[in-house]
Amino acid sequence: MIDYQGLMNKTVLKIPPSGIRKFFDLAAQMEDVISLGVGEPDFVTPWSIREAGIYSLEKGRTHYTANAGLLELRQECAAYMKRKYDISYDPKSEILITVGGSEAIDLMLRTLIEPGDEVLIPEPSFVCYKPCTMISGGVPVIIETKEEDEFRLTPEQLREKITDKTKVLILPYPNNPTGAVMPRENLEAIAEVLRGTDIMVLSDEIYGELQYTGSKHVPFSTIDGMRERTVLINGFSKAFAMTGWRLGYAMGPAPVIKMMTKIHQFGIMSSPTTSQYAAIEALKSCDNDVAVMCNEYNYRRRFITDGFRKMGLSCFEPLGAFYVFPRIAGLGMTSDEFCNRLLEEEHVAVVPGTAFGRSGEGFIRCSYAYSVEEIDEALKRIERFVKKYSEK
Amino acid sequence: MEDVLRILEQDSTRSNKNIARMLGITEDEVAEQISELEKRNVIVGYKTLINWDKTDREVVDAFIELKITPQRGEGFDKVAERIYKYPQVKTVYLMSGTHDLAVMIEGRTMKEVALFVAEKLAPMDSVISTSTSFVLKKYKQEGIVFEDDEKDTRQVITL
Repeated sequence: MIDYQGLMNKTVLKIPPSGIRKFFDLAAQMEDVISLGVGEPDFVTPWSIREAGIYSLEKGRTHYTANAGLLELRQECAAYMKRKYDISYDPKSEILITVGGSEAIDLMLRTLIEPGDEVLIPEPSFVCYKPCTMISGGVPVIIETKEEDEFRLTPEQLREKITDKTKVLILPYPNNPTGAVMPRENLEAIAEVLRGTDIMVLSDEIYGELQYTGSKHVPFSTIDGMRERTVLINGFSKAFAMTGWRLGYAMGPAPVIKMMTKIHQFGIMSSPTTSQYAAIEALKSCDNDVAVMCNEYNYRRRFITDGFRKMGLSCFEPLGAFYVFPRIAGLGMTSDEFCNRLLEEEHVAVVPGTAFGRSGEGFIRCSYAYSVEEIDEALKRIERFVKKYSEK
Repeated sequence: MEDVLRILEQDSTRSNKNIARMLGITEDEVAEQISELEKRNVIVGYKTLINWDKTDREVVDAFIELKITPQRGEGFDKVAERIYKYPQVKTVYLMSGTHDLAVMIEGRTMKEVALFVAEKLAPMDSVISTSTSFVLKKYKQEGIVFEDDEKDTRQVITL
């Protein structure tokens, strides 16, 4: 008998499995479950994008592309950033097309982290930063953002956690799971702390196109002096409803992108070719599709936030992504208990805040990537549940 | 106002209460906006889209292109009016291109529709020619696909 446990990489073994796997499986088996648990758009990819993918297949575009991705796609990425945010990246040396934003996150950390280097991770946040840091031999240093700060990273919190081992700061905004955004003045304050240091920033802006109430997303690299230290990560999954196509990109200083491309070349070769052709169409001609989806998310955002507040739960006003993060702490249950019982008793699946870090305790994440009618039904069930437990 | 229109254009059965929650305004404000839009005839009407093929009722739709000699002083409007007054006529558009009016007609049989065209439309003084095509199958109407197979295939939970 092979002792598999003994054979395996100790760091990988040490990474805790997703604690709510059992909960996922339970939800997946339930018949009439209404889920607000999904982290992807309900919209199907706009037809013109799908059509472009199909057309590329018809034309026989079924081979590898350049390691960094089709040059035409990198040029379109550059043109898109210039058009939307007035920032320039060189398609030949500063852009890498990856398998989703997640690959780009992994590559950036692997490229920069030496054993013992510290990575600052604001939480609650998406689940991959910590394990990716650990696999690279780095040490995750968690910064717990607070509801009273609108889940934004404050310069004081940042300053407090910086040591001479700090290598990378992760900026996960607009944020999954809280829906928090970082307006320009908050980014300026963070930039002020970083100036004069060698700390690099991984700015995960995958939800950048989904920001509401008129405030426009500000890429961190557009802040004075930050371009040289920032790897901007974005992708097609959320804005263009292309999760299954697995396509993202990283933009940053040429030397870093070059080394990221090296790892990508050996691990992946090149990102899926069909997806790359489809993505060219997305960037070229789908601004309006994105605007229509964004507008629809905004309707649902107001609808669901209002729903939670009306049932007496305090709900921080989410300004980006497609999640709300209501506080359930007053009901005498942990987030895990709340979610388990809600699933059992009302057949509604939501995600405990603790899935996104310890500071998510007392909160649940609800996605509004669902029709208003589905959200309405889910809210009715949650309200009945909350009422029952508030009376106890 | 535009938001209310967009929401109702998608689904006119949405309640004022839900529209209010989607827009962050009160139910009274929604009701007020809608009644104003109705008064100004911006909201012209509310209908239900029906796939009659799934019922026992026999319905035949036809698309008729008409060439017209416009009437002095009245243009196309007067002719269009004489045509749209017939209840069988469901839609009338003034068109650019080789024809002038596009007319959609509903009847019980092809013969009934053909006779209507022959007896009512073709003989009108200003009608120069007609060209009738029958609808064989409806795939999509008013932005709604009749047999939509795009189901939610997402996992129940993803992070």
